[in-house]
Amino acid sequence: MPYELCFLLFMLGLYCAVVKKNMVKIVVGILIMEYAVNLFLVMLGYRHGGVAPIIDKSYLESQAALNNFVSSSVDPLPQALVLTAIVISLGSLALMISLCIRIYEKYGTFDITEIRRLRG
Amino acid sequence: MEQEQQNSGGVQKEEISNGAKGMTIIVKTISSWVKVLIFLFGIYIVLFGHLTPGGGFAGGVILASSYVLLMLAFGREFVEKDLPLVIVSKLDCLGALLFALIAISGFVFGGTFFFNFLHQKYHLGESLRLISAGTIPLSNIAIGLKVGASLFLVIFLLSTFRRDASSNK
Amino acid sequence: MSIPLPAFVAIPLATAFLLPMFGKQRKDAATVVANIATILLLLFAIACIGESGVYEIGKWPIPLGINLVLDGLSSLLLLAIGVVSAAVMLFSAGYMEQYTAKPKYLSLFLLMVAGMNGVVLSGDIFNLFVFLEIASLASYALVGFGCGHEELEASFKYTVLGTIASIFILFAIALVYGNTGTLNMAYISKAIQSSGMNAGLGFAMALFIVGFGLKAALVPFHAWLPDAHPSAPAPISAMLSGVLIKSLGVYALARVVFNVFGISLAVGWLLITLGILSMVIGAFLAIGQWDIKRLMAYSSISQIGYVVLGIGLGMMLLASGANPAWASLAILAGLFHMVNHAVYKSLLFLTSGSIEKATGTRQLTEMGGLARRLPFTRTTCTIASASIVGIPPFSGFWSKLILVMAAIQAHYYWIAAIIVFVSLCTLIMYLKVQRYVFFGELPENLSHVEENGGSMLVAMVFLACLCVLMGLLVLVPSLRDSILEPAVRVLTDGLKYSDVVMGM
Repeated sequence: MPYELCFLLFMLGLYCAVVKKNMVKIVVGILIMEYAVNLFLVMLGYRHGGVAPIIDKSYLESQAALNNFVSSSVDPLPQALVLTAIVISLGSLALMISLCIRIYEKYGTFDITEIRRLRG
Repeated sequence: MEQEQQNSGGVQKEEISNGAKGMTIIVKTISSWVKVLIFLFGIYIVLFGHLTPGGGFAGGVILASSYVLLMLAFGREFVEKDLPLVIVSKLDCLGALLFALIAISGFVFGGTFFFNFLHQKYHLGESLRLISAGTIPLSNIAIGLKVGASLFLVIFLLSTFRRDASSNK
Repeated sequence: MSIPLPAFVAIPLATAFLLPMFGKQRKDAATVVANIATILLLLFAIACIGESGVYEIGKWPIPLGINLVLDGLSSLLLLAIGVVSAAVMLFSAGYMEQYTAKPKYLSLFLLMVAGMNGVVLSGDIFNLFVFLEIASLASYALVGFGCGHEELEASFKYTVLGTIASIFILFAIALVYGNTGTLNMAYISKAIQSSGMNAGLGFAMALFIVGFGLKAALVPFHAWLPDAHPSAPAPISAMLSGVLIKSLGVYALARVVFNVFGISLAVGWLLITLGILSMVIGAFLAIGQWDIKRLMAYSSISQIGYVVLGIGLGMMLLASGANPAWASLAILAGLFHMVNHAVYKSLLFLTSGSIEKATGTRQLTEMGGLARRLPFTRTTCTIASASIVGIPPFSGFWSKLILVMAAIQAHYYWIAAIIVFVSLCTLIMYLKVQRYVFFGELPENLSHVEENGGSMLVAMVFLACLCVLMGLLVLVPSLRDSILEPAVRVLTDGLKYSDVVMGM
């Protein structure tokens, strides 16, 4: 069930990025798509009734405690992937916003139907 | 008052802190105290990155946001005098070069890139304490420095654009 | 193995972050350092011919850590990237004097080279995504470098479309991780072999084809290329058209589809269809252009269609159980065409940059009769045009000949007919370029243009010599066995990639 909602959010972001005419709205649509993918990635590692994957001194005492921890903790690898993906989307968002500002300075509008010097 | 001193042209620091630019004086006083706490919190998140959640990137964002708070409360020129852009951009490059240096020293001392030579070869400290896990805290510091400087530079430069100004990047 | 593989990524990254320390006053020193870095990468790439190996980063064993894999396909692409980036960096030492922020350009350029090297060497699918993003972000910024009206518009279009493609690729990686539980390409391939394809993996394959197809500018996804390539500064157009769309698009597609997911008939026919559409539509749209760089950009789309057609034909022949010699001939043609196109298309864009710097215009109707004023540019442009059209003995002829031979040998005569027809269209479009730029009469305002000298000339002559000599790569058996055959064998062996990586 949560996976379908994630996919719905992705489709919503894609609709927004494709249909809207204002440049900033297109950028927001791309952001929503990225959030949806990050959410999907985090949900992949979830385990029902799991504990946070932070190890403590008490888990290191015996092998049985360590095995118990490993089998009941949430998968930490997707969390590392999401961290990297968030950093990448931050960089690309900064680039897109600065492009929007520069285009506004040159053309005077945010409307993409009026920014059509290159055609053919 | 101190406005008679340093009467060279432009905006002086004392004028700003006495209400010439930026927000009201309540905001300015509180934010100048809170900024130090935020900066300290950012350093804590960076340093304890191998024990608690956080690490280089999250700590760097908090470091940058402390200066952004200062920029919002006091105005852009004040922050530019406080922390010139040239120094921030050099700090940015320094952070990345430090990270590359850690990777290469893993190669020099251990045999492969990013090899955690402090932990696996020299066994510095016991596990789950502050000084442990080898080169990971050093990488966290380098990344925190770089991310903080980069994000501050990005937000500062984005706020400089204006419609009719001759902005050059 | 003699050279540590991370050096290919670490050297450009470290240099890219060292260069802004020089500042604006010492930009000549910065240019020299950047050139030394790219020439060093070329030497390393030449030293890695014929070797193969796996490098585990941080000495973590394979499923736990990230590894870098060098095999035949990677070394072929590293060589292509090294050659083109060294030549283009030399060219941009002279060309970029007209822009004010040159050290930033050099840093971004080196970041793009580091990203491309990382994509080619990576053995872990998420690491491939990270390096793909580094190269893409650097190229989005470089396309809009001049900050004029058209550059910013083209850069915005390219950024939006490229970011959407990257999000599709990330979604596909998430689906693959959810289904197999590992991120290493060798382990994913083993897991897919043992469990078979299900709906999630099929959807992931479709998303990969869309995402990498957009990066490679195949036809339904080509809309960004005709705007981005002309508006970029000329050395950046050469890099984008020469190596970026190949290493980020075609290489990643081939690696994922051949080595990770395995060969299938439907995907082979899909690649053939996309290739034929790109070839035909790119050629038709290019003939009517009057802007020299826009014409070359459409012709890039058409030539990438050749490469994807070759690879798709090979896959379809392997999957339908035909003679494997036919399949390896088709894949050899595709890969050789990829390397050829890297050399001559970047030479074409560099000559168009030289023309633009000398005359100040890009429209074909405003030029004419430049043959006597710009002799070196004219010679190199003619060599590159003859190569791309396919005139013997230049390099383009051999790759097109082998592709036609592969199609005829496999009894697909209609594919061979389409290839010959598109070659005729390519001939028409480059004859148009030659006639309008170099022959005809010289307009009044261009009567005092001068040849560009110095580093720009050296770079163009270097690439022109390579164009002439590249035909030897297929004709001389020893060169072919050491450079091209290992690459072909990596793709035809397909799923044995995982055995090779886990055994090393």
